[in-house]
This record gives sequence, C-alpha cells and structure tokens, in this order.
Amino acid sequence: MIAKMIFRRLLVSVVILFAASMLVFVATLLLPGDPAQAILGQQATPARLDALREQMSLNDPVWQRYLNWIGGLFVGDLGYSAATGGPVSELLGERIQASLVLMGLASLVSIPVGIIVGTFSALRRGRPLDHVATGFSLVLAALPEFVVGIALITLLSTSVLKIFPSVTMAPPGEAVWAYPIQLVLPTLTLALVVTPYIVRMMRATMLEVLDSGFVEMARLKGVPERDVILKHAVPHALAPVAQVIAIQLAWMAGGVVVIEFLFRYPGIGSALVDAVTNRDVQVVQALSILIAAAYIVVNLLADLVGILTNPKLRTEAVR
Amino acid sequence: MSTTVIEQHKTTSALSATGLRVSTVTGAEILHGISFTLQPGRILALVGESGSGKTTAGLACMGHFRQGLELTGGSVTLNGGEQGNLLELPEHQLRTLRGGEISYVPQDPALSLNPAMRIGEQILETLRVHHFGDATAERLERVAEVLAEVGLDNSRSYQRRYPHQLSGGQQQRVGIAMAFACRPAVMVLDEPTTGLDVTTQAVVLETIDQLAERHQVAGLYITHDLAVVATVADEVAVMLAGDIVEHGSTDQVLFSPSHPYTRRLLRAVPDLAGKRRVGEVEAITGEHPLVVPGPLGIPDTTTATPRADDAKLLPATVAVREQESAPLLQVRGLALSYGGHKVLNGIDFELMEGESIMLLGESGSGKTTLSRCMAGLNDNYTGAVELSGAELATGTRKRSAGDRRRIQYVFQSPFSSLNPRRTIAESVGVPLQMAGVGNRRDRRAKVLEALDQVRLGGSYMDRRPGELSGGERQRAAIARALVNAPSLLVCDEITSALDVSVQASILDLLRTLQSETGMSMLFVTHNIALARHISQRLAVLQKGRIVDLGTTEDVLTNPQHGYTQELLANVPTF
Repeated sequence: MIAKMIFRRLLVSVVILFAASMLVFVATLLLPGDPAQAILGQQATPARLDALREQMSLNDPVWQRYLNWIGGLFVGDLGYSAATGGPVSELLGERIQASLVLMGLASLVSIPVGIIVGTFSALRRGRPLDHVATGFSLVLAALPEFVVGIALITLLSTSVLKIFPSVTMAPPGEAVWAYPIQLVLPTLTLALVVTPYIVRMMRATMLEVLDSGFVEMARLKGVPERDVILKHAVPHALAPVAQVIAIQLAWMAGGVVVIEFLFRYPGIGSALVDAVTNRDVQVVQALSILIAAAYIVVNLLADLVGILTNPKLRTEAVR
Repeated sequence: MSTTVIEQHKTTSALSATGLRVSTVTGAEILHGISFTLQPGRILALVGESGSGKTTAGLACMGHFRQGLELTGGSVTLNGGEQGNLLELPEHQLRTLRGGEISYVPQDPALSLNPAMRIGEQILETLRVHHFGDATAERLERVAEVLAEVGLDNSRSYQRRYPHQLSGGQQQRVGIAMAFACRPAVMVLDEPTTGLDVTTQAVVLETIDQLAERHQVAGLYITHDLAVVATVADEVAVMLAGDIVEHGSTDQVLFSPSHPYTRRLLRAVPDLAGKRRVGEVEAITGEHPLVVPGPLGIPDTTTATPRADDAKLLPATVAVREQESAPLLQVRGLALSYGGHKVLNGIDFELMEGESIMLLGESGSGKTTLSRCMAGLNDNYTGAVELSGAELATGTRKRSAGDRRRIQYVFQSPFSSLNPRRTIAESVGVPLQMAGVGNRRDRRAKVLEALDQVRLGGSYMDRRPGELSGGERQRAAIARALVNAPSLLVCDEITSALDVSVQASILDLLRTLQSETGMSMLFVTHNIALARHISQRLAVLQKGRIVDLGTTEDVLTNPQHGYTQELLANVPTF
C-alpha cells in the first residue's frame, strides 16, 4: 500500500517536472537578446552569426530544440555554455556541490535545533523560556538574511571577535569543504534565517497536540512524561513541520543569492544570476530545471514524512 | 457543601473523595468541596449538566487537573487509605497508580486513542508502564485476554489495526480494554457512551456492567443522561454548579427525588412512552388528541393520531386531509452518492402542511445529507423535491428567493451557526435583508417579533452570541429561521448539543411555534426518545433508505423493520 502511494507521488512528480521543463524552455526563448549575438558581440558579421546559429541549432523548429534538450537531460548532457564554450555539466558541477554542502550543513543545524527548541517552547508554554524562544524567533524571522549575515560578520569576523573568515576563498579546482572554517559563517547565517520558521511551526503544532485527547489519555494511563512527549506528542506534530522544512529547504536549494554574494560563496545562485546576465541560455535552463527538481524532491520527502506519521493516509484506499 | 453523607456499611471503600475543591487559576471555584465514596463492584453515577463540574471531579480522583485548573483542598484515598492522600503523592507515585489502580475511560474514543498507534500496542503500553506480568509474552497474553473481555476480536491481525479502522463502538471498547488491562480497583468513566448509537451504547453499557460485577471494580460513571444512569448505576450523585445536591441509591434518586433540581432534571428527560411532559406541552401519545393547525393557523382538531381502540377512524381522517390539502413538500426518488458510496438511496416521502415529521437515523445514515438536499444546501442529488407541487431547483443558488424563504434550516450547533461578531439582531435580520424586506426600521420590528416568538425578547437584540448560553443561542438561531415566516422548518439535530433541560424547553418552544404558525417541520435526530415529544409522524432512516415510515404511534408500537425493532429494544428507559 505504502509503496503504491509513493509510486503514485513519484509519477505525479515526474509529470510536474516535465511541465516545469516546458515552462523553463519557453521562458528562456522569451529572454530578450540573441544568444549568438551575445557570444560574438556587437561587431560580429552576419555570416558568422548565421554560422554560429546553425552550430547551436538555433534555426531548428522550437519543438525539435526542446526535444534535443530534454533528451540530453536524460543522458546528463546539459549542452554547452555560450559564455565559456565548455560543457554546462562541468561548469556547474562544482557550484552544485558547493550549494549542496551549504544546504546540507544548514539543514543539519536548523532542523534538529528548530524541532527541539519548538518542542521545549511548547512544553514551557507561557514561561520565560517560551517567551525568549518566541521573541527571538520572531525577531530573526523579521530580519532579512543579509542583515543577519552582516551582523554575524561584524560580530564574529571583523569588529568584535575575529574568529571566522568572512569570505570563502577556495582556490579554483578545490572543493569548498576543504576549508571547513570558511563554511561556518554562511552556514550559521542560513541556519539562523531558516530555524525561526521551524521553531514557530513546531511550537504551534506541538501546543495543539499537547491539548489533544490522546496526550491527556497517555498521561492518565500513567505513561512517563518523557514517553508521552516522544512517543505520543512529537510524531503528530512533525507532519506540518515537515512541510515548513520542505519550503525552507527548497528556498535554500533555489540558490540563496544574497548570502552567496555576501560571503563570496561559489554556489548556484550567483551562477544563475551570471548566466542570465550573459544570455547563457543553456546554463539558465540547466539550473532552472535543477532547482525545480530540488523543489519536487524536498516536497516529496515532506509528503513521505506525512504519510509515515499518519497511518490513516497509509491504510485508507488510495483515491 | 451540601453533600449528603451516605453511611458506609462495607468494610473498605475502593475510593473515597472528601471535600474536593478545585478552582481556576484566576480564582473562580469550580468544585465547592464535594465528597463521595466508591464501593468495589458498584457503580456511582455522577450526573449533571454541562458546566456542573462532573468531569473535573472525575479527573480530580486521578490527581489530574486540566490546563487552568488547580486543586485548592480535599483528599482522595484509595482502598481504605493505605497510600495516604492520592492528591499529595509525588508525580512518579501518582503515575504508577494512574492506569494501574485507577483508570480512566474517556468521552470520545476517536480523540483519545492515539491515531498513529496500533490498538494492541496502546493496550500493551499501559501494561508495560505498570510492569504488569514479567515478560512481554505474558503481557501480550493479557492484551488478548482483555480484548476478549470487552467482547472484541483478539486475533493478532485485529491488534494490529489502527483506531480509525474501527467503528465508534469498537474504539470505545478498546478504550475500556485499555482502562481495564491492569485490573484496576477503580474506573472513572467519563460519558463513555455519549456520541454512540443506541445499539452500540447498549453493548458498551453491558460490557461495563459485567466487568464491574465480575472483577469487583468500583466505577465512577460521569454522565448527563439519566436514562443511562438507570441502566448502569447502583448509586447516583446529582451535581449542580460544583456541588452534589442529592446522593442516594438509583431507585431513590430517580423515582423519589428530594431535591428540586433533581426533579426538574428528571422532568426534562424525554421518554419513549411519552408519559412525562417535557416542558409545558403534553407529549404526543395515543391518549391525547393531536392539534394539527390548518393552513391558516387555525387549529384543526379533527385530525388526531389514531388510538388503538379507534383505529377505524384513521382512514377517514387521513382521506379528508388529503382531499383538503396537497402535500406541502414531496420528495421523490432522492439519491446522492459520493464516489461509489451511496449516501442516499431513493428517498420518497411527503410532508403535509402543519405536520411535524421526525427523521430518525444513526450517525452515517444520511439524515443530515437528506435534510441539506431538501433545503438546497447540497445540490448534487438526483430525484425531485417539490414544494407545494412545484419542483424546486437543485441548489439554493438556483432557487428563487421565495423558494429559499419558504424552507428554513436550523443547524445542529448553536455555537458555530451564529456569527460571533454580529449582534443577535443583525444575525436574525439577515434573511430579511436577503429577501429585500422593507427598510431598516421595519426589519428591526420583525426581528423583535421573531425574538418574542422564541421567548428571548428585545433585550437580546444587541447582544452578541458570546454572551448567550447554548439554549439562548439556539433560540436565536430558531428566530433567524422564523423571521421570514417559512412554510417548512428543517431542524437538524438542534438539541443534541444541549443539556436535557434546555432540550426540553427548545422542544416545548418548537411545538408551541408550530401550533401558532401552522408551519411544517422536519425534525432530524438520532434520539428516538424524543419522538412522542415532537412529531406526528416518524421516518426511520438506515443507510440512506427510509426503512420505516408511519405515524409516531404506529412505528413505536408496531415497528415493521428489524432495524427499528432493534433500536427500540436498546433505548435505555426508566
């Protein structure tokens, strides 16, 4: 039953991904400017432009170009970058890895912290810890990410304490994680931006669950408080929180341009901005479809958490 | 502190509560020092209306106080008091008693069973935390045993079910099994059958009775339903606003009550036989000729429910009526299904002018869906609803303003059917506004008239629902339905969220209104005991079909369908 359900969700995801690929393709067609012109510059002769257009298959019908592109996606061929001339997959490989590392580290910090702080906040409803946690998360949620980043740089890197470097400076060709200390500030900034939402959602759902009949019943059954929280309350509070986490993860996967810019971090956000500026259509397409895929994957994971924590979804007939 | 002390002849009581006082954290006292004792093998019913503090008292016996409540005095001792005052025990000691020595059966099993845990595991958990037996194998054996004791299937596959895979009655029996698993000395049962169908209720009550007797468990049975009390309890304590006002054996309290409140409460209980008068209006029994107003509101005393001895008269009177008036409402072949699930399966019936018909059905029988279809709130049905011979369009949006005006609907919960931000006058005035009646002043005059009709009066006009009690709110909701002088009033379970005494006054009101205005009424309910108090005819709905339809007297005394017979057999009475 559960396998069938997941299979169905996967199928829907694939359909959505196809729709997204079409949108991405149409959107890049609508980008103003001619890629050939962008590559060759203003001084290019019409003959050279024509030759390049022919080489880039720009003269083929739209549907044929779309099919070529989508076919390439399946075999990992993302085309060639118009700006550098190299394969897109090579160009983006490092960027994607760097972004994944940042996203992974930030979620490793923010998800457990968010869930734990939210739970304790709910358990200590109305007491000092709760007030501190809710107040703090509200302030953090209200601050834009660059303010958080600049504040951290001021605090930990420049004016007050000088512990962590404020910029990422890995020599080209070396992975970002070779210099862990450079990752601290970007990770911390992202975690501080994302955690408040998780805390607030966890607190809200937890309060609701703590008021529910089955939690009262568990207490009246004589179940120790620790088990009441861990076995009866928390699992029920997780499903809505998973949705919030998914949205946050997807936001991070979309490339956090401001944070990458602030810390000179070589992620996909800045790569996408560059590609759009340079009319590097192949790169824009590749990144867009990648981000769309990331959105779909994290939402699928959130749905999965929902299914796992709610047997009703698992055992009722799939409609 | 008017608590009646009962002389104890037994040697040890299973539980004795003395001078229990509970307040809200803001200082308002909820329980004013109540005392009672529970004897092994006997059940004490704690009876009271909502807000009387009966659940608070039950939970206090377990040392549990809900959010915002605190103990301010009193003691609870178990088994003659060897462990001392339960309310002063440290948390971990109290925990070993809860679920072990003293257990709790909640009101709504659908909310109180963990939806994400298999039922076998939930019972096993109780056994595990109380170290019942030595090994898991022994506990598993006990799980199977206790499931059998409450009359459920105890196979492994059944134990692996989740609560939502069980019916309401089965869920409640799982709740009882959980409470009973560790062989407690005391069980606190908090309205365990409220919300169950009468048939299921009968089974659950029998289970409780047997367990208490066979295993010498003392029970505290919290309820507002006096008919259930008669079936299950040995002793009764009546609570009013945080005090026990009367305490005695069941026979004594139910049949020779001494406190005026108990007498009032008892008077309000509807009974199947219609012997009591609920409120001011006489019950509709075979002995009383029925007053059916004619179309113009003139009482038409010629039509009466048939008596057993003058059954010959019936065809004549009915024939006369049919010649005189065409049916006000006619439902033909009404059907509705969601997906493959047939909710309504070909409903046919008609309703005369000035007639009141009761639509009786258990949860899931389709009774609310049927009434919503008639009112046009559901528009995806097939079949026809005719009003005065003209077929109505399916949805309210497609019906004319006049048609909408003629059928008015009163919803089940007065707590959610009135907009809390609007004053009563504003809410009641909405139908007038929609019908485009007069100016503001005219409308206000009509609203006042409607509020007078439901005995609320002008002082309620500018209040908001939050300031009103449940009964007052339901009256306001009825006023809203009446303000446009409808031909048909659809009342969907309108008394089921209310206390019995309030229910009585609402029934009373409806009967009076009906004879004053001559409107027809469709009274939808699951409570068969109301039949003689409200309706001239009775339609029994089961699984989307009308299985029995006839005059109330006929259906109650001579039910045709097996389902109706079963319902009647299971109604608790006293």
